[in-house]
Amino acid sequence: MGAMMAVLHKETDFVWRRRTTKKQVLIWISWLIGLSIVMFAWNVISEKTIWFFVQDAPRQAADIGSRMIPPKWSYIFELITPIWDTINIATLGTVIAMVIAVPVAFCAARNTSPHTTVRLFALFIIVSSRSVNSLIWALMLVFILGPGVLAGTIAIGLRSIGFCAKLLYESIEEIDETQVEAIRATGAGNLQQMIYGILPQVLPTIAGVGIYRWDINIRESTILGLVGAGGIGLQLNGSINTLAWTQVSTILLVILATVFVSEWVSAKVRGAII
Amino acid sequence: MIKNTALSSYPVVWDKPPFIKRAWLRWSIILGALIYLILALASMDINIQRVMEGLPRAQRFFGSFFPPNFADNQGVVWEGILESIWMAIISTVAGVLLSIPIGLGAARNLAPFWVYMMCRSIIAGSRTFPEIILAIFAVKLFGFGPFAGFIALSLGTIGFFAKLLAEDIENSSESQAEAVKATGANWFQWINYAIQPQVMPRMIGLSVYRLDINFRESAVVGIVGGGGIGATLNTAFSRYEFDVAAAILLVIIAIVMVLEYASSFLRKWVQ
Amino acid sequence: MLTLKNLTKRYDTGDLALQNVTLSVPDGQVLALIGPSGAGKSTLIRCVNRLVEPTSGSVKLNNLNLPKLSSRALRRARRKMGMIFQEYALVERLTVMENVLSGRLGYVGFWRSYFRKFPSEDVKEAYRLLDRVGLLDMADKRADELSGGQRQRVGICRALIQNPDLLLVDEPTASLDPKTSRQIMRLINELCQERGLTAIINIHDVLLAQMFSQRIVGLALGEIVYDGHPDGLTPEVLTQIYGEEDWSATIEKVDDSDESEIEE
Ligand SMILES: Nc1ncnc2c1ncn2[C@@H]1O[C@H](COP(=O)(O)OP(=O)(O)OP(=O)(O)O)[C@@H](O)[C@H]1O
Ligand SMILES: [Mg+2]
Repeated sequence: MGAMMAVLHKETDFVWRRRTTKKQVLIWISWLIGLSIVMFAWNVISEKTIWFFVQDAPRQAADIGSRMIPPKWSYIFELITPIWDTINIATLGTVIAMVIAVPVAFCAARNTSPHTTVRLFALFIIVSSRSVNSLIWALMLVFILGPGVLAGTIAIGLRSIGFCAKLLYESIEEIDETQVEAIRATGAGNLQQMIYGILPQVLPTIAGVGIYRWDINIRESTILGLVGAGGIGLQLNGSINTLAWTQVSTILLVILATVFVSEWVSAKVRGAII
Repeated sequence: MIKNTALSSYPVVWDKPPFIKRAWLRWSIILGALIYLILALASMDINIQRVMEGLPRAQRFFGSFFPPNFADNQGVVWEGILESIWMAIISTVAGVLLSIPIGLGAARNLAPFWVYMMCRSIIAGSRTFPEIILAIFAVKLFGFGPFAGFIALSLGTIGFFAKLLAEDIENSSESQAEAVKATGANWFQWINYAIQPQVMPRMIGLSVYRLDINFRESAVVGIVGGGGIGATLNTAFSRYEFDVAAAILLVIIAIVMVLEYASSFLRKWVQ
Repeated sequence: MLTLKNLTKRYDTGDLALQNVTLSVPDGQVLALIGPSGAGKSTLIRCVNRLVEPTSGSVKLNNLNLPKLSSRALRRARRKMGMIFQEYALVERLTVMENVLSGRLGYVGFWRSYFRKFPSEDVKEAYRLLDRVGLLDMADKRADELSGGQRQRVGICRALIQNPDLLLVDEPTASLDPKTSRQIMRLINELCQERGLTAIINIHDVLLAQMFSQRIVGLALGEIVYDGHPDGLTPEVLTQIYGEEDWSATIEKVDDSDESEIEE
């Protein structure tokens, strides 16, 4: 896109360029490199693709689609417990995550961290928690704790710590320092400065981040059942494996409804708090 | 100064006004939350014995992080990681390219109403379901392998990117857009000169962020057969080869760190 | 008695903000510190309560050498120094009452302050001060719901509830309209008289400085260039402090207001 904008405007003998020649060449080269990487990536992927299946996909889609209709409504009653579990996984997971994320964020923020080593350690916790998808966390925890809701809850919690702590520590670093200075000037101790100067400033963020992550976690916890960590994903997996497509469509509709409701709830709560 | 008479009549206690003013509402919320918490915890079905049994396994698991096994005898780890990277790149590029028209269409100030509704429902559709569910269906349709993962991740990217692009356009400065319109520019020139410069820096940052997300997601679509490192990781777990699993996790963490650094660097560079 | 001796501050960036400032302020004196932007006024005030660490030199408050104090002793010393800030520096999401009571944090323990259970004398004093500045009804409002002038009054209460010996005031009127500025300056001045407080007031408004202080110190490029009576501010002196400019307007205004406003 950058290249497209570099139009030469010829006006008699003036030539206006957006960039100098050297910069222009550099940009062209980076485009070239980028393009060849993409081409290469595409080659690798397409080599591993059986194109016959891809060509057949529309027919398959139509086939599966027709088998999904009509949804098996009576199946909904069997989904009540799984959905309840799913919501619990998301909620308790978020609570666990927030309880841990708040202190981690304070350790990770430049202006509140007690020590550089502590800060690096906190940053490491954040990165590792974020890098590992909740499904992978669940995979590990199911192995350790056995299948069930508990593994799912802890997986969601572990995955969310990094996410929440990252958003929180960024907002801690952006607080208004003079408010803290004013508290410091009264002779308040470090913890008191935290409670009076910093916490009130980041409290809205803490609430906002918690709600935001809860919303995401509802979505994430619908799939944990795939690896046996509880929730509606278990039914989804089972139904797909047994080719019970009418059940699959029912489950998808239930997930859809849950996600919509959770979005509505979180918007309401956010509006009430902030 | 003249208030000395009132001196003795000032209150001596002060309580912070409660966040929720109406007492009945406050207490029912607290009570409701407590009841929910108890019910939810009860549904956790915590089996102490199982947990205890799990502890040695946990110990073995975490023990195998020291040292992780990077030896990678058959080269499967390396191959899986590379496949994940290619998958992440190609699905980010495809997703972002597709997001541009959809995002433009989903911006209320650019698009006519029916286009707006259409694009918004595409976005809502691809946002509701996690990538992994999209991947399950993609695998059913396109067969095992990275192509299915690519489709799933691209769809996920559209939901993410088009939404943020649309919001950014809706928030962009009205006056700049009008100024360019006033020059008599056509629609494409208008987008190019008035909208693009405003949203470009953030969008570049977001693309790298999405690349980061796609890479992490590519590690899980493999669990359902969508290619990438996920399949290798899953195999390592099921064969109890924890040192290999540990190595894979560490590589993932390292790559995510690099991407995070790259995105912050790029954002600075673009601005 | 506050005594600064050879106070020097060089920031990490290399800026020499104060060079060898020597100054002593007797008890009960209200001193106005004037000088152009970047002269080092804020730095000087902040070196006293060590929100900024001085590079060298001594700051003595009642024979206590502040730069030498341990962090514990420093906290105790800070209780005796109230500070009032330019942008109010109230904790915006706390109530007015909490902001005022935060002035007592140096005196109460952590848990008491956490649960907002301040001693009844403190609460009573807070109400009394709020009444004194005319904000008794605002106690339960959140600080960000107040106007600039009201916020600065809360800031004053927060400083006074510390029961300080010394008041450090950094441009109290910089964000206020002219009338409110005068009211605030008058209030600070009255309160200092009532309690016999020593005060250092940074201020950009030469006129206000002359109206409400007993002594004026002019700072330029980190050095004291004038120290004397408010009436001694001649155009030459102002030029020395702020640089070349037509000062007649500033001085004349002083003469006008002399009759109507000053009430010493
Ligand atoms: N935190 C800091 N880090 C580095 N240099 C600083 C810092 N604070 C102030 N300075 C420098 O110290 C010098 C004096 O600054 P100071 O804030 O004390 O001036 P001032 O007289 O209060 O100005 P103003 O009237 O604008 O408030 C300036 O050159 C400024 O750039
Ligand atoms: Mg200043």
